Amino acid sequence: MHEVDMTRCLLLSMNAWKQQHEPRIPRVSRVHLQVGSFTCVEPDQLVFTWRVAVQNTWLDGAELVIEPVPLVGRCVRCNATYSPDPEQAYRSPCCQHPMEEIVSGRELRIRSVDYAFSDHPADALPAATPA
Amino acid sequence: MHMPLEDTLGLNLLAANQHQAEHNREHFDAWRLLCLNVMSSPGAGKTSLLERSLAALAGAYAMAVLEGDMTTQLDAERLEAVGVPVVPITTGRSCHLDAAMVSGGLKLLRQRLDPAELDLLWVENVGNLVCPAEFEVGEHRKVALLSVTEGDDKPLKYPVMFREAHCVLITKIDLLPYLPVQLERIEAHIRQVNPHCAVIPVSATSGEGFAAWHQWLAAQLAAIAPAAPTALIPPRHPARLPARRPLPC
Ligand SMILES: Nc1nc2c(ncn2[C@@H]2O[C@H](COP(=O)(O)OP(=O)(O)OP(=O)(O)O)[C@@H](O)[C@H]2O)c(=O)[nH]1
Ligand SMILES: [Mg+2]
Ligand SMILES: [Zn+2]
Repeated sequence: MHEVDMTRCLLLSMNAWKQQHEPRIPRVSRVHLQVGSFTCVEPDQLVFTWRVAVQNTWLDGAELVIEPVPLVGRCVRCNATYSPDPEQAYRSPCCQHPMEEIVSGRELRIRSVDYAFSDHPADALPAATPA
Repeated sequence: MHMPLEDTLGLNLLAANQHQAEHNREHFDAWRLLCLNVMSSPGAGKTSLLERSLAALAGAYAMAVLEGDMTTQLDAERLEAVGVPVVPITTGRSCHLDAAMVSGGLKLLRQRLDPAELDLLWVENVGNLVCPAEFEVGEHRKVALLSVTEGDDKPLKYPVMFREAHCVLITKIDLLPYLPVQLERIEAHIRQVNPHCAVIPVSATSGEGFAAWHQWLAAQLAAIAPAAPTALIPPRHPARLPARRPLPC
């Protein structure tokens, strides 16, 4: 299941992001992804593996929100955009041209993170504050 | 009280793998070798292709293989027989290679030889038509195999790998007389999702098509390491091939 490896990559990115905030620990409520339909990712699988992977970590309870991005091609003959369809061998309906340019659908992107800092001093302040 | 914030990251989901892949590629460029990532569904003929190409090219190029296929201890021995070092990569239970695994393979390789002496590094990926395409390992070129026994609809059903490939080899064409498939249809379907890649029909059994395939290889090698009296000139800045960018992700 490659969604497990994708989740691992995602967690590595999230850990790196968390380090930027040290020593404070952001409480993440949601992580927003954009996942193109012309990728090898099953969004449901990814959400499932995420839920399992974040348990008992600093991301426990954070929800993974996936915005699907449809496959859009651009016909290089007439410049029209279209929805490539495997049933039509991905060709453009206007000029019957092969799928040459992809406008969207290959995204695998962490778009944003919703988070907060607790104003509890233990969270908000460095562990050891110089006098 | 909490202060709700939103960070706009715009980061590739696979950024961690991407970084390692770029690191691997920096090594390849410094060593001035061409790295190929060979991918296909299980049994499409990756090892057979390598076997034939290694034997044919061993006199012309210095080569090594990183073998991601854990079932090919025997194959590794066959490949080593032509004098090409083969390093197995531990994939765990993963259905594809990733850049960290290839980095591990490179460490093992470096215990055996100096990669700067290589012209060509082959990476045989795990047999899988779906996800290896999403995990770069630092390769300069992706080579996808599709055997004629798989049917002509596969490029349309599993388009991502064929879209990403720089070269698609249609393999086992010696079997065409026995199958209800047409080479032209397979090729046309590949072109539907990737109009500009090289498409080369081959048979590892008969050797048909290998001249064209090796010509393609030679052209890629020339692109990365133009023949020059390298001893006299300082190491150039590692040439980055005009490799196709992984699409915006
Ligand atoms: N007829 C014919 N058979 C072939 C050809 N190439 C490979 N085969 C056969 O196809 C089977 C699989 O070939 P491999 O080279 O092991 O395929 P692979 O892609 O390395 O397989 P995995 O690494 O397990 O995914 C073997 O039985 C080969 O003998 C070919 O050109 N013609
Ligand atoms: Mg093999
Ligand atoms: Zn058009």
